[in-house]
Amino acid sequence: MLNVIAQRLVLSVPVLFGVLLFGFLLMQIVPGDPALVVAGPSATPDVVAAIREEMGLDKPVLVQFWSYLERMAQGDLGRSMISNKAVTEELAAALGPTLELMIGSMLWSVPVGIAMGTLAAVLRGSLVDRAIMALSVAGVSLPIFFISLVLIQWLGVTYPMFTFIGRPGPWYTPEGFNGLFLPALSLGLILIGPVARMTRSSVLEVLKLDHVRTARAKGVSETRVILAHGLRNALIPVITLVGLQVGYLLGGAVVTETIFSWPGLGRLAVGAILSSDFTVAQGTIMLFALGFITVNLIVDILYSLLDPRVRK
Amino acid sequence: MTATPLLDVRDLAIEFKTEGGAVRAVDGVSFSVDRGKTIGIVGESGCGKSVTSLGIMGLIPTPPGRYAGGEVLFEGRDLLKMSAQERRGLRGGRMGMVFQEPMTSLNPVYTIGAQIIECLKAHGMRNAREARDRAVELLDLVRLPSPSSRVDDYPHQLSGGQRQRVMIALALANNPDLLIADEPTTALDVTIQAQILDLMRDLSDRTGAAIMLITHDLGVVAETCDDVVVMYAGKVVERAPAKDLFDGPMHPYTLGLMAAVPRLDTDADRLETIPGAVPPPWAMPAGCRFASRCPLATDQCRQSPPPLREIATNRLVACWRAPIEEIAA
Ligand SMILES: Nc1ncnc2c1ncn2[C@@H]1O[C@H](COP(=O)(O)OP(=O)(O)O)[C@@H](O)[C@H]1O
Ligand SMILES: [Mg+2]
Repeated sequence: MLNVIAQRLVLSVPVLFGVLLFGFLLMQIVPGDPALVVAGPSATPDVVAAIREEMGLDKPVLVQFWSYLERMAQGDLGRSMISNKAVTEELAAALGPTLELMIGSMLWSVPVGIAMGTLAAVLRGSLVDRAIMALSVAGVSLPIFFISLVLIQWLGVTYPMFTFIGRPGPWYTPEGFNGLFLPALSLGLILIGPVARMTRSSVLEVLKLDHVRTARAKGVSETRVILAHGLRNALIPVITLVGLQVGYLLGGAVVTETIFSWPGLGRLAVGAILSSDFTVAQGTIMLFALGFITVNLIVDILYSLLDPRVRK
Repeated sequence: MTATPLLDVRDLAIEFKTEGGAVRAVDGVSFSVDRGKTIGIVGESGCGKSVTSLGIMGLIPTPPGRYAGGEVLFEGRDLLKMSAQERRGLRGGRMGMVFQEPMTSLNPVYTIGAQIIECLKAHGMRNAREARDRAVELLDLVRLPSPSSRVDDYPHQLSGGQRQRVMIALALANNPDLLIADEPTTALDVTIQAQILDLMRDLSDRTGAAIMLITHDLGVVAETCDDVVVMYAGKVVERAPAKDLFDGPMHPYTLGLMAAVPRLDTDADRLETIPGAVPPPWAMPAGCRFASRCPLATDQCRQSPPPLREIATNRLVACWRAPIEEIAA
């Protein structure tokens, strides 16, 4: 167990370096001159040149890269070119709401997707199965902004039960929970389809295996055969899929946060890119990448919890 | 007929739905097993031995499978008429089964102890401590070394032979009256094969369980079984007490099998001496199913299927030309 974690951590060192390199290159290739942004539209060329020098932009690329690494090692991501707040501060403020949204949407959609997929597998070929599969295809092919707008219209305007603008508070307060409901509902919807379909095919696959026949030969109840032997073993690939889907979900979060004015990383990234706030954009993108590494680590840990064969 | 046999299979037929229509994998099979006896079912692969045994256990996947007729009487009661609930109570309880594939027959995510305990609990054992003790006792019974620590092992930590021992422990967990073993040693090394068979023999002697041993190894049958059922293409072609059968087979197919008895020191576990192959279920000939491979076949054999008839005391043969001893001589 600890072994697995240690191994994964060592493996993530090169990935981390890749992320750093990526963040640096991002700044090199973005259109527009960072110094111009900082200086503002009315600055004279002299001022721009001074700022460029101050930011180290006139140095050779390798030197820039080294000082960039030094700053990163100290946790210094620079300052926002727009608000002049430390990027880390901006990120810290946006991380909570995004985590809340991601966890809130997965917490209901993953179990629901797994339940739907299992039901579809058990009732394979029936009307229920076909209905569930049709729904899950619809969930994937409908764009998330469309789903969000329908939900806002329905549960926010026609039957105004939930707020849909901003984050009124943390999730554990009544108004915070109310505000989280619609964004978490619409973001979770995009996960249900893939999870349900993966669960269905995985359960069907597992139920064909020899050890399920053994479970039946032992006289175990059919419910237990399906849950403790079918679904339990089928969860291994499903967890992998959910891990991969987190990236997809992050993409969805950008849209969801924008639509619901949710003060999270997605909205921060979009705002930064639109206003050419390079340092903030770089910071959010690197945080996303770090998030990926973390999710993969979690998946690996879950994997070894679920499958004794990968434990050592 | 004297006492009711433990298991009495009568005219059992099992079909599978396939793309080319329904195929009858088991077609009118009858035999019975008495308490504490060992019956061998032999025949080349594809003859319907596994389907027969799964049919008795109630483990035929439905669909595509379906019972197409007959009865399976367990102590006189027809299993095919029981409720699903009642049948489940018998499985793993009064009838246990060991499969051909020890490497895949255990669930990789649970310890072997947990898998035995699950079987004990499914049949009414409530106390966790007691169930665990019983699991260790069973592992000891099947001679798994250091059972009290290995009870917490996962299947992947065990060898094929050890896993098959665990399967036997599972099958015996609730003291069954009938143990069905479907080619329990085919997937194992030759040396392990003998140990596993020894173990099964010994345990059935001790527990009094009847054994239905499916194999294509006639040598094993000769050593182990009281009675033998020879199957060919979904039908019983010969039934006899083991001793009589080996003294004088009456069906040309049985004779062919005997000529093909694999030797323990070779790898050959396929019976290849009889030329040709079992006809597939969707292309069954109208007459005797063995006719196309039988050196003695006549027009009658090719046109009408021979019934299983009693030719001498306790000797049933489905062959127009039986007994063949005279012909062969
Ligand atoms: N699930 C299934 N679907 C279709 N046909 C099957 C199925 N299981 C077995 N059969 C057919 O039943 C026949 C007998 O198979 P089986 O009992 O496994 O043979 P044996 O155990 O004697 O080698 C084979 O022709 C096989 O193709
Ligand atoms: Mg078989």
